[in-house]
Amino acid sequence: MIDPIAVFVLLLGAATPILFAALGELVVERAGVLNLGVEGMMIGGALAGFASAHATGSPALGFVAAAIAGAALSMIFAALTQFLLSNQVATGLALTLFGLGLTAMFGKPFEGVKAPSMMAGPFGLNLMIWLGLLAVPAVWWFLMRSRAGLILRAVGENHDAAHGLGYPVRKVRIAAIAFGGAMAGLGGAYISIATVLQWTEGMTAGAGWIALAIVVFAQWNPWGVLAGAWLFGGVTVLQLRLQAAGVAVPVQLLSMAPYLATIIVLVAISARQKFGRSGAGSTPGSLGQPFHALR
Amino acid sequence: MFRLEPRASAPLLWQVATPVMAVIATMITGGLLFAALGFDPVASIRTIFWDPLFGPASGYSRPQLLVKAGPLILIASGLALGFRAGIWNIGAEGQYIIGAICGAAVALAAYPHEAFWIFPAMIVAGAVGGWAWGMIPALLRNWFGASEILVSLMLVYVAQKIAAWMAFGPMKNPEGFNFPGSRNLQQYPAASNPELIANTGLHWGGIAALVALVVTWFVMSRHILGFRIRTAGAAPRAARFAGVRPERLVALCLGLSGALAGLAGLFEVAGPAGQITESFGSGYGFTAIIVAFLGRLHPLGILLAGLLMALTYIGGELAQMMLNLPASTVQVFQGMLLFFLLGFDILTRYRIRRRA
Repeated sequence: MIDPIAVFVLLLGAATPILFAALGELVVERAGVLNLGVEGMMIGGALAGFASAHATGSPALGFVAAAIAGAALSMIFAALTQFLLSNQVATGLALTLFGLGLTAMFGKPFEGVKAPSMMAGPFGLNLMIWLGLLAVPAVWWFLMRSRAGLILRAVGENHDAAHGLGYPVRKVRIAAIAFGGAMAGLGGAYISIATVLQWTEGMTAGAGWIALAIVVFAQWNPWGVLAGAWLFGGVTVLQLRLQAAGVAVPVQLLSMAPYLATIIVLVAISARQKFGRSGAGSTPGSLGQPFHALR
Repeated sequence: MFRLEPRASAPLLWQVATPVMAVIATMITGGLLFAALGFDPVASIRTIFWDPLFGPASGYSRPQLLVKAGPLILIASGLALGFRAGIWNIGAEGQYIIGAICGAAVALAAYPHEAFWIFPAMIVAGAVGGWAWGMIPALLRNWFGASEILVSLMLVYVAQKIAAWMAFGPMKNPEGFNFPGSRNLQQYPAASNPELIANTGLHWGGIAALVALVVTWFVMSRHILGFRIRTAGAAPRAARFAGVRPERLVALCLGLSGALAGLAGLFEVAGPAGQITESFGSGYGFTAIIVAFLGRLHPLGILLAGLLMALTYIGGELAQMMLNLPASTVQVFQGMLLFFLLGFDILTRYRIRRRA
C-alpha cells in the first residue's frame, strides 16, 4: 500500500533541485537571456556544495558555497554573452560542457565520501525544501509587484525600448544571470547534499535541462514552475516506486520516465501555445537576442 | 573607451585567425590550470598536443588520431548544416547511440551467417536509426513548435537508457557468461569494420567522414539548398520571402545530421568499440558540436578541428598514463576552447573602434 503523505514528501524532495534551478532560469529568461548552461552550473554547485559541506560539517555552509560557485560559473556566461556578444545557445552549451569537465576533474578526491546530515525543518521536511517553496511567491512578488521586477521584465520584453528609457540593460541582465547561477548551484547542491548524499561524476543527470524545459512549460510564470517541478517530482517518485515494487518492466526503461515526461509536457505546452487563442504572448520578446547599444 | 561597430561581412583573416587564437589561449590557460594543480605546465601541454604525434609512443597513438577524428568529423559535418540555418541539434549523442544499436541489431540478427550484404545492411540500418531519432525533435518542432534543443537533448538520456537496456536485456551476449554487453562484432567478420590499411587507424567511418565533408561542401557552396540554409540562418524573414519553407529545412537538417551521427555510431560499434555496452555513448556527439564551431561550420575547418579534437582525446589519455593527470582534463580543455572561440569571435563580427 502506498502512503500518499509519504509519497508527497518524497515528491517534494525530488522536485526541489528542479524548482530552484527553474526559478533561477525563469528570472534569467524574463530578463531576455537564454542560458543553456543550467546543467553545468548545477553540477558546479553540486560539487562545491558537497565539498564545502564535507569539509566544514555544515550543510548550510555547503549551500552557501554552492550558490557562490553557481553564480561564479554564470559570470563566464555573462562576460561572453553581455560584453563579447557571443551566441547565447552556443555559450550556454559550452558552460554545460565546461562545468561537467571541471567538476569531474576536481571531484575525484570526494568520491566515496559521505555528506553531513541535513538540518531538519518543520513537518520533517528539511529547510531547503521550505526555502524552495518560499522562493516561488518571492520570485512572483519580485517580478510582478516590485519596481525592479518591472524593469527586469521590460528589459526582457524589448531591450531597445528599455535602453531608450534609460534602463541599464546589461547590468540588469548580468544581475539576473548571477541570480540564475546561484539558484542552479543551490539546486545542484540539493542533489549531492540532501538526495544522493555523495558525489559522483555527472550526478545531475540532465536535471538542468529538465529545469529549462519546465520554464517553457510554466510559460515563464513562477507558479507554473512549481507545478512543473511537482509534476516532474511525481513522475520520478512513481518511477522509483515501480522499480521498488518489482514491476515486470526493465529498470532502464522505467528510468526513462522523467525524460519522456519532460518531452511530453514540452510538446503539450508548445502545442497549446501554437494552436491556442493566447498565441505566443508569454515568451519574453527579446529572449536569446544579443543586445548591442549603438548609442 | 572603445566602441563596437558591426561588420557587414566577416573578413577571412579573422575567420581563420580566431580559432587559432582560441587554441593558443586554451593552451596557456590550460598550462596555468595544470600549474595550479601542481603539474609541470610545459610537460603537460607537450604531452597532450605534441607527444601523440611526434613523441616516443607515437607509433601507437598516431593511428588513434583517425579512429577518433572519424566520428567527430562525420557528426560535425551534419551538425554544421543545421547550425548554419539556426537549427540546433544538440542531441547527436543520442542519434549516435541509436544508429549503433540499429546497426548492431542487424548484425546480431544475422549472426553467425556470413554474407556480403550484412555490412551494407548495417550501414543502412545505422543511418536510418540515427535519422529516425533526429526526426523526432524535427517533427515535434514542426507540428507543435516544441524546442528542438530541449527535445533532442532529452532524447540523449532516453537513448542512453535504451543502450543500457539492450546491454542487459535483448542484446546481451548469450555466450557472455551473463556479463552485460552484446556479442563483439570485431569477432564476426561479416559485420566488422576493420582497419583498412594497417597502422593508419583508417576504417570505413573515416572514408564516410571524408565523403560527408565533400558532399556538405558541395551542398553548402554549390547547391540551392546551401543557399537556402545560409539565408534561413542569416535572415529568416528574407528566406521566407525567397520561398524557403522552414519546416522542410528543419526536417532536412535534423534528419540528415541524425543520419550522419547514426552512421558514426554504426562504424564505431562495428569497429573500435565492437559491442553495445551500457556506456556505449562516449561523448562524441557533444564534442562534435565543438568541432563544428571550431571549424567555423566550414568543411575544411571541420576537418582540421576534428583532427585537433581527436589529438586532445589521445593526448589526454597519454597525459593520464604518463603524468597521472585526471581523465576529465580533455573535457575541461574542450569547454575552455569553445569559450575562447566564442569570445574571440567578436573580432570577426565587429570592428573595434576608439570612441571619438
